[in-house]
Amino acid sequence: MVALEADAGRLDGDRAHLGRNIAILLSVLLLSVAILSLGHGASGVSAWTVLIDWMTGQTVDVTDRVVLFDIRLPRLATGILVGASLAVSGAIMQGLFRNPLADPGLLGVSAGAGLGAIAALVMGGLLPPAVAAAAGWHLVSLSAFFGGWIAMLTLYAISTRQGRTSIATMLLAGIALAAMVGAVSGLIVYRATDDQLRDLTFWGLGSLAGASWTKLAAAAPLMLVALAASPLIARGLDGLALGEAMAAHVGIRVQRVKAAAILTAAGATGAAVAISGGIGFVGIVVPHLLRLVAGPRHRWLLINSALLGATVLVGADMISRTIIAPAELPIGIITAMIGGPFFLWVLLSNRRTLDA
Amino acid sequence: MSLVARGLDVDLGKRRVLRGIDLTAPAGQLTAIIGPNGSGKTTLLRCLTGEIAATSGTVFLNGRDTALMRPEDLASVRAVLPQQTTLSFPFTVAEVVSIALTASPTPMADRAGLVRSALSQAGLPGYSGRLYQQLSGGEQQRVQLARALAQVWTPTGRDGPRWLFLDEPVSSLDIAHQMHVMETVQAYARDGGGVIAVMHDLNLTAMFADHVMLMCAGRIVASGTPQDVMTDRNLSDVYNIKIVRNCVPADGIWVLPQAS
Repeated sequence: MVALEADAGRLDGDRAHLGRNIAILLSVLLLSVAILSLGHGASGVSAWTVLIDWMTGQTVDVTDRVVLFDIRLPRLATGILVGASLAVSGAIMQGLFRNPLADPGLLGVSAGAGLGAIAALVMGGLLPPAVAAAAGWHLVSLSAFFGGWIAMLTLYAISTRQGRTSIATMLLAGIALAAMVGAVSGLIVYRATDDQLRDLTFWGLGSLAGASWTKLAAAAPLMLVALAASPLIARGLDGLALGEAMAAHVGIRVQRVKAAAILTAAGATGAAVAISGGIGFVGIVVPHLLRLVAGPRHRWLLINSALLGATVLVGADMISRTIIAPAELPIGIITAMIGGPFFLWVLLSNRRTLDA
Repeated sequence: MSLVARGLDVDLGKRRVLRGIDLTAPAGQLTAIIGPNGSGKTTLLRCLTGEIAATSGTVFLNGRDTALMRPEDLASVRAVLPQQTTLSFPFTVAEVVSIALTASPTPMADRAGLVRSALSQAGLPGYSGRLYQQLSGGEQQRVQLARALAQVWTPTGRDGPRWLFLDEPVSSLDIAHQMHVMETVQAYARDGGGVIAVMHDLNLTAMFADHVMLMCAGRIVASGTPQDVMTDRNLSDVYNIKIVRNCVPADGIWVLPQAS
């Protein structure tokens, strides 16, 4: 019984090589989309001319430089980080809740962040003018971020007793919390002026339009830390797929994995929602597609989710900037309009696997 | 080296489910836990594996208090087969079995061979590429057995015997696979490992168990060899119907694997 069977090549059913190949493919794809995105925009600035001029030491037109380095580049970086964060958070939440339909929205993070943003937009004017002027638009991002975190920490505290987090309680309490937070948001919206309502609507639709280096500097560290930490919980999430008891039986520190998963996902989502508003669908569609192609093991799923999430968002942003240029369509509309039907198509064509 | 429990009381909610359990199960033997529904068999197994904490009392595995062991250390000495495992995502059989190796020191290069061997051992050669969710209940149960076997593949290690905790390991299996699985875990015990199995089938218990613990209402009411424990009187009292062993029914047919 001790002797192992001779290793006859790759194990049938081990899809790690698929995950790796897809990671390579997606890296190339992301790079291409990123380059394409830098070169396209409402102004006719060509990224290449500017870059070549800049590198060969020739004087670069100030407008061109601003467009490239202060508008398109921060926007690209924001798109990459937000897309990766949303997709990875989605994959983590689905693993944690053992449900392919879970989404960071479930944790009340989105609702909390929404309340934060709404409060900042509507009541920001009540602040002393000096504070309001200093905080400026960051007020919205920051309060969205803190709103998301407060919601998540409250939920975590509610559902953790004696060092054990009940996922079922968390799910149900999340619904209750989201309803309460939504009600408060509604009250504030009720008092909003027409201009504020317009701002609110656009924030809710999601957009990368406001991207700037300063905004990114506030949100990027958190997203980067969360993304870098996510591979550490990959094995734990694999174990959780067998159920909490089994995960512990195979040697996983379940409570630690759960806490890390919640913190990572909430941090990444909070920061992403704060700077980009409500961009839907990426968190559900991206991990789901990758699971269909390369299986649900989290080692490659998390990495590939980051890559595909970033690619999708940068691509969608490119469409949003150019389709009705010089005006912009909010990116949330694009992701929902393309993501929705695409997701349905994938679901229907894989119905047999899903029902089994 | 053995599994020892001392003075275990377990409460689920406000109800006391296990009362004053003392037991010793040596490695190298197949120990079966039998008893009627609701007598506390599964709760006892869950408590012995560390899944639920005892209200009072201690479990020692190979001389170490399990409550004080790290999950990864515990995982390297014992594997658990639950009654039923549902998966939330479309894992392949190979992936399910290799998740068992999460905390295992097995080098990556040997893992494919280990997964393959464990699957053959569970009677599932060639199943590694199949999707778990598309298998029958009995096949899924054997995949889980393969997963447990892979986790503690060698019955003894440097640090002592390894253990298999099985909750009704043959409940979904046909008669041939029941025999195969019982023979497999019996061989594991013969090679020095410890096997604790919650059993419903009294005939298989009588055939394969070295040691039987009979439970009733949260207590162990009899413990010893099948011969001593599975008496007409004990079984009739505990299961609350008239049971006569080694007695051929007057008419009708009856099927026992022993006969072949």
